[in-house]
Formats: sequence, C-alpha cells, structure tokens
Amino acid sequence: MTALQIPISEEQILSLHAGDSVTISGIATTGRDAAHKYMVEKLIDGGDSLSESDRRLFDELKAIYRGGAIYHCGPIVRNDSGKWTIVSAGPTTSIREEVYEDRVIAAFGLRVVIGKGGMGPRTLAACRENRAVYVHAIGGAGVTTAETMVEVLDVFKKDEFGSPEAFWKVRLLNFPGIVTMDAHGKSLHEELGKGFDESLAKVLNV
Amino acid sequence: MMEERGALAAGGAFGEAVFDLIRRTACDLPQDVEDAIRQAREKEKPDSRARDILSLYLDNIARAREKQLPLCQDTGLPIFVIRHPLGISQREIAKACEEATARATGVQYLRPNSVDPVSGMNSGNSVGPGSPVFYFEESDENSISLSLILKGGGSENVCSQYSLPDGALKAGRDLEGVRRVLLDSVRKAEGKGCAPGILGVCIGGDRSSGYNHSKHQLLRRLDDVNPDSKLAELEARVLREGNLLGIGPLGLGGETTLLGVKIGALNRHPACYFVTITYMCWECRRREIVFDADGTWRFIE
Repeated sequence: MTALQIPISEEQILSLHAGDSVTISGIATTGRDAAHKYMVEKLIDGGDSLSESDRRLFDELKAIYRGGAIYHCGPIVRNDSGKWTIVSAGPTTSIREEVYEDRVIAAFGLRVVIGKGGMGPRTLAACRENRAVYVHAIGGAGVTTAETMVEVLDVFKKDEFGSPEAFWKVRLLNFPGIVTMDAHGKSLHEELGKGFDESLAKVLNV
Repeated sequence: MMEERGALAAGGAFGEAVFDLIRRTACDLPQDVEDAIRQAREKEKPDSRARDILSLYLDNIARAREKQLPLCQDTGLPIFVIRHPLGISQREIAKACEEATARATGVQYLRPNSVDPVSGMNSGNSVGPGSPVFYFEESDENSISLSLILKGGGSENVCSQYSLPDGALKAGRDLEGVRRVLLDSVRKAEGKGCAPGILGVCIGGDRSSGYNHSKHQLLRRLDDVNPDSKLAELEARVLREGNLLGIGPLGLGGETTLLGVKIGALNRHPACYFVTITYMCWECRRREIVFDADGTWRFIE
C-alpha cells in the first residue's frame, strides 16, 4: 500500500505500477460529465473570451490540480446550518470522460484521475506523457468512501450543473483505490480485457 | 372499502410508508443480495484483489445499514412497480410516491437525479417528467403491493438490446442464440456497471416492452427458480458461464462476474426477435411493501 499525499511528485507517480493499492490524502475536487465538458470547451478552449468568474475558477482549479487529483464522482451532500458534508460518494463510470480527460490532464498538470471502470487509449497516453495515473475507486462503496472525504472546503458551479455534477472541493484522508493505469503505458483494463475476450470465445465455442 | 383505500393513498400514512420504503431501499441491501456477495467472497483466494474488494463491499453494506445512509451515492432512478385492486386511483398513488421521493431527496436518502435534457437543469428533488418511473398493474389481490427498485445510471448505461439473428455472434433465433448474446453483453459491460451484476432479461416483446419486462425480472429474489424449466436451465447456464469470463468484482478479475440471471419472455412479432438485457449492479436495491385492506402495511422480506 502506497500513501500518496497531494501535491504528488513525478518521481512518486513513476514508482507506481498498475495493480498497486494506494491511499490518497490532500485537497482535490470531484468533477464528472458537465465539469469535463466545461473545462475543455470553456476553460481550455475559451481563450480570451472567458468571463471574469470563469477566469477565476480556471485559476483556482489550476492551483488545486497541479500535482493533484480529480475524482469522477457525483456525491450526496448535506448542508447543516451552512456547513457541507459528504454523505455518500463512490465513483461514477469514467469512460464517459475519455474524450476530455487527456486534455484536462495536460492543461492542469493532474497527477491522479480517480473513477471506476477504467479509461481508454487517449487517457493512457496522456498518463504516460504527463506522468499521471488512473486510480480505480470502489464502485458502490458510497458510505465507506465518503468517510475518507473528511472536509468540504468549497463548491463551484453547483447551481449551473446541479449538485451531483458540481466541483466539490474536498479534503481526502486515506482515500482508498487501486492504480489500474500507470504512467508507464500499462493498463490493467486492457490487459485483463484480452483474457475476458479469450474466455468469452471459449464459452461461445462449446 | 375502496373509498377508504383512496383516502389511504392520498393521506399521510401512505406517504409515510412510501418514504420508509425509499429510505430502506437506499440504505439497507436485501439479505439475499448480501448473502450472494458473502458467498462470492468465499470463492476468491485469500489475499486476492477480488476478495479484498468484496470485503470492502460488505463493509459498505454494514456501514450503510448501521448509519442509515445511502449505500451508493447514485441512488439511481426510482422505479415503482405497483399492483393494485380495481378502483384505486393510479394518479393518487403516483402523487404520493412523487411527494415521498422529493422528501427523501431533501433529507439525502436520494440524490437529486432528475435532469432536464434540454435546459440541463437538475430539478433538485428527483421529480420531473419521466422521473420517478411508474409501472401499474391491476391485480385480483385485495391489497396494494408497492415495489421499488433504485437503479444507478452506470448500470443503466451498459444495458442492451439485441435483434436476432446476430451474424457476428452466430446467434440465431433460439435459446442458444439468447445464451450467446447474454454472454456477449456481460463481456461488454465488463466492470462498467459495477460487477458482479445481475441480468434481468426479456426474450421477445417489442423494443419498449422488452426493457420493461427485463426490468421487472430484477424484482425476483436471487435464489428463486424460474417456473419455466427451459428458462431455469438457461438462467443457471448463463450464470455459470458468465462466471467463467473472469471479469470479477469491479472488472478487475475474479471468480464472480454475475450474482444472478433472471429471464422472462413475451410473445414477439413474427419478424422480430429481441433479447433485452437490463444490467443491475451488485448493489441490487429493491424492496417491497404491501398495504392491506385494513390500512396497515408491512415490508415483504
């Protein structure tokens, strides 16, 4: 088990290999479908046309993500007298962000993308080029995962994207996961997938 | 008695019961599903990744039940299946269910999961056109049965419908063809629908009744046996062979890829042969309550 503390160094990322169990601690955000579309189409491709508030959020996200992590998750949150807490927060399926993630990794300097189900060749290439890893969280484990998201520091775009799709800025403490795509070009999903294909061929040819 | 029932549907007691149904469905996994996860763990080698993951699943089940918090942050699309006697107002029942859904969302038993696809706005209370989903059925029973399935979006995205014959899969219009497409769908779902999953299947029907009927199969207990012996045999075989694929928990390898296979059938048009597969994640959240004629209600275990 490797304990990763944000900000995470290039050396630390290079020491990780597909199959390693990790824990992650430090400040990160959630971000899923609407967030990725926004980051790529608006922030990264927006150029000089960004509004003042978009520009500010761009800078804030850059500061969080440099050496840090984004978590594909639409949490259930609770607000008690103005204070947010995370109630249930397992990962959402990552492959939907495949068309965006390589550019997000490159533009923001992310070291870790957390989600479930794995991602494709574009993200794998971006992990190699930018020294990042994909960490598989425990799908369905909403309550136990939420217990490792110990503090909500802020939220961005909640009204526009809706609560599940917002960027929730959170402090992680020993958030558990498994590296399934590393910075050396290896994807556990790709490797295992070949075995699944062979097994399927076997049961279909009986 | 019918008037009384109408009053029941509109009044507070019915709404309270539906609210309780939602809470329990979101937070408390049915025993047969938990047992299946436990059995799956016993099949995995000590110190294996699959065994560790299944242990984490069991931890989560216990923590959610103990703290009465939603097992998964994706509390899905609530699907209500209602069987009622003649003379009951479906609109009143739907209204009570919608109110309970909004209330349960307000206290975080549900995540706000209803989004307008045109404006992109989340309704904020899980209620809107098409959500929650209702299936009504008139029955000869004197009681009202209300079943709820909470089905996550990740598992919904890996559902599929095949039109037989399928040349690439060498799947003809027979149960062997059905077997082939079912196994193909399991391979394609991989870990993306939160394996190990449960297949609800409909052979036949049209494109929409196929999905409807396949979703209804998810109400069946994992340990039941299909009364149709041919379908029972196919269910057992696909379950066994699906578990030979090696996909395992989260799709990261293991002995258990499927927890159950439940197959129903509807007559088809001569030109059509659909096989419709609804994939349910390992957290198969379903509960049923029955309202008796005397106004009392109980959970069916």
